[in-house]
Amino acid sequence: MNSVVTKMDRLGHRETVAIAVLFVALAAFPLVANWLDSPYLIRVATRILVFAIAAVSLDLILGFGGMVSFGHAAYVGVAAYVVAILSFHATNDPFTVWGISFTGTHSALIAWPAAILCSSLTALVVGAIALRTTGVYFIMITLAFAQMIYFLFMSLQQYGADEGLALAQRSDLAGLSLGNRATMYYVVLTALGLVLLVLYRLVRSKFGMVLRGCQQNERRMRAIGFKTYRYKLTAFVISGAIAGLSGVLLVNNEAFVSTADLHWLRSADLLIMVILGGAASLFGPLVGALLWVCLEFVLEGLTPHWHMILGPILILVVLYARRGVWGWLATERAGHA
Amino acid sequence: MHNPATLSLRSLIKRFGAVTATDDLSLKVAAGELHAIIGPNGAGKSTLIAQIAGELPSTSGDVLLDGQSVTALNAPARSLLGLARSFQITSLCNGFTARANVALAAQAHAGHSFRFWRSAANDSALLAAADAALAKVGLAARAETLAGALAHGEQRQLELAIALATRPRMLMLDEPMAGMSKEDSARMTDLLASLKKTCTILLVEHDMDAVFALADRVSVLVYGRCIATGTPSEIRESASVRQAYLGEDAEATT
Repeated sequence: MNSVVTKMDRLGHRETVAIAVLFVALAAFPLVANWLDSPYLIRVATRILVFAIAAVSLDLILGFGGMVSFGHAAYVGVAAYVVAILSFHATNDPFTVWGISFTGTHSALIAWPAAILCSSLTALVVGAIALRTTGVYFIMITLAFAQMIYFLFMSLQQYGADEGLALAQRSDLAGLSLGNRATMYYVVLTALGLVLLVLYRLVRSKFGMVLRGCQQNERRMRAIGFKTYRYKLTAFVISGAIAGLSGVLLVNNEAFVSTADLHWLRSADLLIMVILGGAASLFGPLVGALLWVCLEFVLEGLTPHWHMILGPILILVVLYARRGVWGWLATERAGHA
Repeated sequence: MHNPATLSLRSLIKRFGAVTATDDLSLKVAAGELHAIIGPNGAGKSTLIAQIAGELPSTSGDVLLDGQSVTALNAPARSLLGLARSFQITSLCNGFTARANVALAAQAHAGHSFRFWRSAANDSALLAAADAALAKVGLAARAETLAGALAHGEQRQLELAIALATRPRMLMLDEPMAGMSKEDSARMTDLLASLKKTCTILLVEHDMDAVFALADRVSVLVYGRCIATGTPSEIRESASVRQAYLGEDAEATT
């Protein structure tokens, strides 16, 4: 029996080719960078892939769930800080609260799940409140919470406040040396691939169908018996957890975290990556992250007024490529997804 | 023992500020009955449906399903108890195919949907349920079409298929014939007649031919009040109904 749920649920020929080309190029990139004798580019590329993970996590709730979270950098930043703080206490004094002291850790097996858990819990609290509203109120509440978290870390003198916190030591991950550029790059690329695979399955699962149904017509979904709040909140927490994963990788790539990683401008960057690349496409935000960081990099070199060029480009994309660069590049026909 | 009502409304009231949209309405729909609600525009019919469905909280009063109060329950909870509705203004997931729209309704009633890995499109039980409902309303050939690309009449049929896929004991239809052509209306009337045997139906409709052909009983709603309830022939002959609704309306429209 033919069981197509929507036209977009099967990868088209062009999209399959585009994904294959993209991943081959990404896998080969460190070799190219070394051949060009510019190994520092590997760190830049790693940073882009880290942002891509965060942008893909945002796409889950924005593109598939219709939830415009304007504070997504918070979940990235919280996890990054947790890793850095645990590492800080493993190197310096233990952390003491109410007379009990905790030593930190450099172990990825402990620090990373702890960091992702913290991001998930943050997303749970924010989502539980924000999802009681919709539209512009939802956007404002997610932004307000993100700003609260930003100012919280801004006030932590012990952890560098506005100067940021250097990572005392990169996480120990199964004997891998994350200080090695290429190793770090492939760890992040693997994580991105896994995230895309999981979300690719998820948006086509029963859960994903409910989420996408809510985006299209929540009233209808409630009328047929879905308690939509719990599904949307679950998606919000999953998104926060994946953003947390990106934060864990971010701090290990840069060996540094600062409040800039939590700032609303970073949240705006993530939104732009999703919209530029193409919402509800999963692979689009990856392309969006690539383009956005590269454009910034190139235009910054040309003129100090690079925002003047970047802005109009974004407007053109929104006006003429409603489904983003990915929709324009990788899908066969225009029209509905 | 009398036959317990599938749906009963007790002194249902809905006020929007100074406006009383539903004014102390009490009504019983017996099991297996097709009960029609008629009334001029603005009589509060769609408000009433929204109240019964749990979408709109009532100012006061009770809604009972098979003798059990569902007043405190929200719309999804009432749906899970077997209370289904269609919308007056077509309300679908336009980016999904007709089949996916119906399969989702079946999915909602087949346990929780916290299933993250297996493709929903591989659940043959849901697809079979969806195809059965689509076939029932005559949309089998359009299963693969996106809901947003269906013709108006087909979207109305899809509304009904979605409601049926929840396997309701009580089906509320809010003007299923609205905006339909004469032929489509006639087909819908036949369809509803066939459904009468399997579930209890509350039908809000402007199409008087359909109402008088289908209904076991008819209630007339004017300004949120039920001014009369009776068999179609009783309603047709009631002087107060003719004055309040049928007479005026008939003269005005013909």
